[in-house]
Amino acid sequence: MKKPVKKPNKPAVKHDTRQTRTAGGNFIDKLKAYRDHHAHALFSSLGRLVATPFTSIMTITVLALSIALASGFYIMVINVQQLTENLETSNQISLFLKDSVSNEDAVRLAGDIRKNSSVQSVKVISKEQALEEFKTYSGFGAAITVLEKNPLPIVIQVLPKNALKDKKELETLFKTFEQFNEVDYAQVDMQWVERLQSMVEVARCATALFSFMIGLGVLFIIGNTIRLELQNRKDEVIIAKLVGATNAFISRPFLYTGFWIGFISGISAWFIVAILMLILRQPVEKLSGLYEGDLHLIFLGFTETLALLLIASLLGVLSSWAVLVFQLRHTRPE
Amino acid sequence: MLKFDNVTKRYPETGDVLQNVSFHLRQGEIAFLTGHSGAGKTTLLKLIAVMERCTRGEIFLDEQCLSHVKERQLPFLRRKMGVIYQDYKLLADRTVFDNVALPLAIAGFGHLEIRRRVRAALDKVGLSGKERKFPQALSGGEQQRVGIARAVVNKPPLIIADEPTGNLDPELSTEIMILFEQFQQVGVTVLIASHDISLISQMNHRLLKLDHGQLV
Repeated sequence: MKKPVKKPNKPAVKHDTRQTRTAGGNFIDKLKAYRDHHAHALFSSLGRLVATPFTSIMTITVLALSIALASGFYIMVINVQQLTENLETSNQISLFLKDSVSNEDAVRLAGDIRKNSSVQSVKVISKEQALEEFKTYSGFGAAITVLEKNPLPIVIQVLPKNALKDKKELETLFKTFEQFNEVDYAQVDMQWVERLQSMVEVARCATALFSFMIGLGVLFIIGNTIRLELQNRKDEVIIAKLVGATNAFISRPFLYTGFWIGFISGISAWFIVAILMLILRQPVEKLSGLYEGDLHLIFLGFTETLALLLIASLLGVLSSWAVLVFQLRHTRPE
Repeated sequence: MLKFDNVTKRYPETGDVLQNVSFHLRQGEIAFLTGHSGAGKTTLLKLIAVMERCTRGEIFLDEQCLSHVKERQLPFLRRKMGVIYQDYKLLADRTVFDNVALPLAIAGFGHLEIRRRVRAALDKVGLSGKERKFPQALSGGEQQRVGIARAVVNKPPLIIADEPTGNLDPELSTEIMILFEQFQQVGVTVLIASHDISLISQMNHRLLKLDHGQLV
């Protein structure tokens, strides 16, 4: 009697053993279950954040302000950069002639300079032309008409050959021209553009460093939030471990929590920056108008907004992951 | 199925809790583990669930050596056993359904299959209709049965129970024992730690008696 009873039992057990390792069903079913699990983790972690609104808002506000600060600096730099990019960059040497020099003398001098083998081209700007140019571009057009006498000197613009490559040659040329009797003052245009550009470069570099530090801060704030969350849910983690959960399974909802915190902070930061820009827009436009200028505030573009959200979310996931790897190793059932 | 080979567990503070324990449970066998409190029953169960590692000796589950199992393989090993805890170890903020569904979700079952199996398991322990309740709203005995449902829902080949009838009245205890026998009949190995002598004597199963860390 015993044998026929035992026989059907065996396959049942084998079947059971197999099913405990992996879920039943085909690959598609497993994939669907996996997707469902992710979806559940995604929304339940958001639900948890909503369920503790006070804590969540506090954390997210701190993060949003930090991220907004970094983004604000970035915007400031790209706006200043925009200004310097509009400036023509060349190694042109401008020779401002003495007031006593006549137009004819200037043209003769220009002819002499043209003979120099290092010079590519020479252009004479008469007092009248200079005034016209000044009226058009300086933004002080109205003011200049008040003056009785044209205060502008004759300018000879010299464009050296290969000057961009050879700084020494430029220097020699500059010294030669500076010593001419007719020349009152000589200037390499490049110099001050370079100075401004290097100042912007310093600001850009400082912003990058500053953003890096803020990113680090964000990393630690989110990491600590996840650590606390993990501590609050320690029992749950242990029970899950006891019924066979892998660390990946346990980590999932926490990683999504990190993602949500980062993502929501990123969105909030974007809005904070947008509001600040709206407040700043009018004064900047007024200032721009005063200089008859063409300055427009640049805001975060589509790609930059996307990058902001991506970086914020990534920081959230990354810091959660680091904390989970460390903490889960030390969370054991007792 | 489950084999202890000269297993010793020593804690630095208390010394040897288990000394040279050897036994072998065959597939489809039920055994009671008894002994006075402090005899090492719970420690022995913890060694099986790899909540602790033995100091000396070897433990085999299905020819797999538990003493040397890697941390990374532990989850998959634990899915092969259903453990019923004295303190239930239920998630207070999850419903009865979610508690029982946990091992299935972990193993990656789809939700239709989960629903079917959880219903069946709850039905088996007499808790159908309480799926939506939270553990705190249940009596001790009911919580114990939720724990049992969770342990068996994944149909593991080995069930370990630590005082599973500690909070149940005699009638319910007998019912639970009959439930374990049903699992045994389909080939599941069951190890029950209990000091409920009257219950144990009622049922005619193998007895493993621990006395001061040694099998007698």
